[in-house]
Amino acid sequence: MTGSTSILEMKDISKTFPGVKALTNVSLTVYPGEIHALMGENGAGKSTLMKILSGAYQADPGGEIRINGQPVTIDGPLTARHHGISIIYQELSLAPNLTVAENMLLGREHKSGPMVDRRSMETACQSVLERLGVHFKATTKVSELSMAERQLVEIARALIANSRILVMDEPTTSLSSRETEAMFALVRQLRAEGLAIIYISHRMAEIYELAERVSVLRDGSYVGTLVGDEISAERLVQMMVGRDLSSFYKKEHDAHQSRGPVMFAVRNMGDGVRVHDCSFELHEGEVLGIAGLVGAGRTELARLIYGADPRTSGEVLLDGKRLSIHRPEDAINSGVVYLTEDRKHLGLFLDLTVRENVNISVLERDSRLGGVLNLKAAKQRAAAAIRALGIRVAGDSVLVGSLSGGNQQKVLLSRLLETKPKVLILDEPTRGVDIGAKSEIYRLIDSLARNGVGVIVISSELPEVVGICDRVLVMREGRLAGEVGGAGHPPVTQENIITIATGVREAAE
Amino acid sequence: MTPPNETSAPVQATGTKGADAASQSLQRRLAWRSTLQAIGMLPVLIILGVVFELMSGRFMSFQNLSIVMQQASINTVLAAGMTFVILTGGIDLSVGSILAAAAMVAILGSLIPEWGMLGIPAALLAGLGLGLVNGALIAFAKLPPFIVTLGSLTAVRGLARLLGGDTTQFNPQLPFAFIGNGTLFGLPWLVWIAFAVVIISWFILRRTVLGVHIYAVGGNPDAARLTGIKVWAVLLFVYAFSGLAAGLGGVMSAARLFAANGLQLGQSYELDAIAAVILGGTSFVGGIGSIWGTLIGALIIAILTNGLILVGVSDIWQFIIKGLVIIGAVALDRYRLKGSART
Repeated sequence: MTGSTSILEMKDISKTFPGVKALTNVSLTVYPGEIHALMGENGAGKSTLMKILSGAYQADPGGEIRINGQPVTIDGPLTARHHGISIIYQELSLAPNLTVAENMLLGREHKSGPMVDRRSMETACQSVLERLGVHFKATTKVSELSMAERQLVEIARALIANSRILVMDEPTTSLSSRETEAMFALVRQLRAEGLAIIYISHRMAEIYELAERVSVLRDGSYVGTLVGDEISAERLVQMMVGRDLSSFYKKEHDAHQSRGPVMFAVRNMGDGVRVHDCSFELHEGEVLGIAGLVGAGRTELARLIYGADPRTSGEVLLDGKRLSIHRPEDAINSGVVYLTEDRKHLGLFLDLTVRENVNISVLERDSRLGGVLNLKAAKQRAAAAIRALGIRVAGDSVLVGSLSGGNQQKVLLSRLLETKPKVLILDEPTRGVDIGAKSEIYRLIDSLARNGVGVIVISSELPEVVGICDRVLVMREGRLAGEVGGAGHPPVTQENIITIATGVREAAE
Repeated sequence: MTPPNETSAPVQATGTKGADAASQSLQRRLAWRSTLQAIGMLPVLIILGVVFELMSGRFMSFQNLSIVMQQASINTVLAAGMTFVILTGGIDLSVGSILAAAAMVAILGSLIPEWGMLGIPAALLAGLGLGLVNGALIAFAKLPPFIVTLGSLTAVRGLARLLGGDTTQFNPQLPFAFIGNGTLFGLPWLVWIAFAVVIISWFILRRTVLGVHIYAVGGNPDAARLTGIKVWAVLLFVYAFSGLAAGLGGVMSAARLFAANGLQLGQSYELDAIAAVILGGTSFVGGIGSIWGTLIGALIIAILTNGLILVGVSDIWQFIIKGLVIIGAVALDRYRLKGSART
C-alpha cells in the first residue's frame, strides 16, 4: 500500500508564539499514495503544523523537515509550492471575479512575450479539469460556481502546480452529502495517482471511510498514530481528549421531575416570509431543542424572538407577562438572550480583549457615575468566567481573535451568562468547537437547566439534539411541523426528528 | 461567570495550569506589546526632531518647540474628533468647514457689546449642532458617512460665507484673545486646550462604557447591534463630538487671528486631521486605534511644517516632502506590525 520511503517527514517541530507554546516536538511521517488523517481538538496545533509546512510560519530552530529524504528549509509559500506542497484551506482563497483558469494559474500565468497567453492557459487547465472529471469549463467565472465546485478548483490548482503533497483542511464542511461522496471519490483517485494527502477533519465517519493512518495531536504535542484496523472512535476520542468520554452527553437534570411551570411562551411568531405562525412554550429548567433542515427557518425564528429582525406577527410572554421586544437590547433587558450561530461575524469583537468581550453586555450595569467603566468589576467577571468555563487563555487582555474556536465560543457564552438570563436561546452552540469544549458546553447547558434557566437549543447535529434536549420542536418550511419528546408525542429519536423534518410524504417514499 | 449560583460552576479550571508567576510575566509582556503598538510612530517623531535639529541647529529650543506645539494644537483638536469617527469606521470631511462657520460665529458673537464672551459657547454650540446633523443623517437616515460629510463640507462652507456676508469679519478688541495669544505657565493656551481635549478623549475612549462601545461598533457593527449596543447613539455621539471639536477649533483660530473668513479659513484642514489619525495607527476600517497615536500624528505633521521652514525648504517642496513622509511613515508602520504576529 504505502511505499517504503516517506515523501514527507517532519521531525521534532516546535513553534513558540509570544506567551504560548503551540507545538512541542511534533513529528509526522507521510508516505506517497496514502491518505493520512490529522486529528485533534481545536487548538491542538493542527493548523499551526500545517502552516509551518506551507511556509506561513517558521518553526523554532531544532526541528527538521525532509521531503523525499532530503532536508529542506521552507521559508515561505513559494518554497512550499516549489517542494510540491499545496494546502486547500477551509476559507477558500479564490478570486471570484476571475475565471477558473486565471485562478488556477494565479501568479504563474502563461505568457507569450509580455502578453498573457490565455489560450495556452485554458488548454492546460482544461486538461486538468477533465482529469478530475468536473463539469465546468476553464473559462467559467468562479463566482458562478457552487461551494463544492470552488473546492474542486482549489484541488485543480494544486494539481496543475504538480503538487505531490496535498493538505485538505476540513474539505467537506460546506458540502452536501452527495458532493461529499464525489469529493471522497476524487480524493481516492488522487491517492491512486500517488499523491500524499494529509486530511484534517473532525468527522469520524470521514476518517473511517478514507484514512489508512490517523495521527493525533493534543495540546501541541504528538500523541500517536493509529493504522488500519486500530482506528476506532473510542480510541481516537481518548487520544484527542486524553480522558474517557463515556458520559459525553451528560444529562443530570431530569426533564419530567425537575421541570417547572411554563415560564416562556411564543405565540403566532412570523415575519411573513421565512417564518409563519410559530407558537410554543418553554418550561422552567427545560432544555428545548429546535431541529429542522438547513433553511427551515430556525435561526430566523430565534432572531424574531430576540428582536434582531422585524416581525409581522406574534408576541412573546415571560412569566405570563407580555414582553415588548423591538430591538435586541429589549430582549436582553427582559432576560432573554441569544447566542448567534456565526460567532465571528455576528458575535465576537475580534479586535477587543477577552475582558471586554465577556463584559460588554453588563458594562453599563456595572458602570459608575453614569458611564465610567468599573475596571475592577470587569476584571473580576472576566477572571471568574475564565475559571468557571475553563477558557484556555494567557490572560484577560488577550485579543479574542487569537483564541481557538472552542475558547471563543466559551467567551461568547460567558458574555450571555453575565446578564443573568432567564431564557437562553443557543443557535448551534457547538459549531466549530472541539470535542473537549463540546462536552463542557453540554455540561454547562445541563447545569443551567438544573438551576431553572429555560434553554432553547437550535442544532443541526441530531446526536446532539437527541443527547441533550428534553423535548424537540421540528421546523419545516418556516413552520413548526411537529414535536417529539413531550407528553402525547413520539419519543426523542433521530428517526422521529428526520421523519418530521423532511415531511411525512417524502419519508414515506 | 454567572450560572444562577456559585455551586453550579460547571467545569473545573483546566486552563490555568501555569503558575501565577508565569502568567504574570506574560501579562507584563502583553502589556509591553500593547504599549509598543501605542507608541507606534513615536520613533519617527523623534528622528524627525533630531534631523531638523542637526540641519538647522535651532529646532530643539524651548521657544521653537512651543511654536511647534502651538501650530499642532488646532489640528490636534480636529484630529481628536476625527479619531472617534474613524474608530467607528466612518469619516468626517466637514470639520474644516465647520471650523470656519464656528470661527465666524465666534467673531460675530464677540462683537455683542458687554457680552462678547458669548462668542465661545455660541461657536461650540454651532459646531455641536452641525455635527449632530451629520450624525443624525448617518445614524437614522443610514446614509454613508463619506457622502453626508462631503455634502456638509460644501454646504457648511457656504453657510460660513453667508454668516459673514462673504467678507472677513474682524474684532480687534476680541474679549477672548488670550486663548489664541496668551500663555499659561509658560505654554500657549492653545497647547493647554489641545492637551485637555486629548486627555478628555482618552478618558472617554478608555475609561467609559461609551468608549468600549465605540470600539465595538467600529470592530463589528452587526455584533454590536445583536449585543444590545445602541449603535445609533454611538454614531450620533461621534459625529457630534467631531463637530464640537471643530467648533472648538473655530474658537481657537478666531482667537488667534482676531478675525474669520468664511471662504478661506479651515480649507483642507480635514485632510491634515485625517492624516494625523492615520499616521497615529488608527485603522481606516474602524475598531483599532488610540488617541495617543493621533497626538503623535498631529505632532509629526507640525514638526514637518516647522522644520522644513527652518531649514529653508521652499513652499512647493514642503508639500511634496510632507506627502511622501506621510506615505512612508504609514508604510513603515504596516511593515513593523506585520512582523509581530498576533498570538
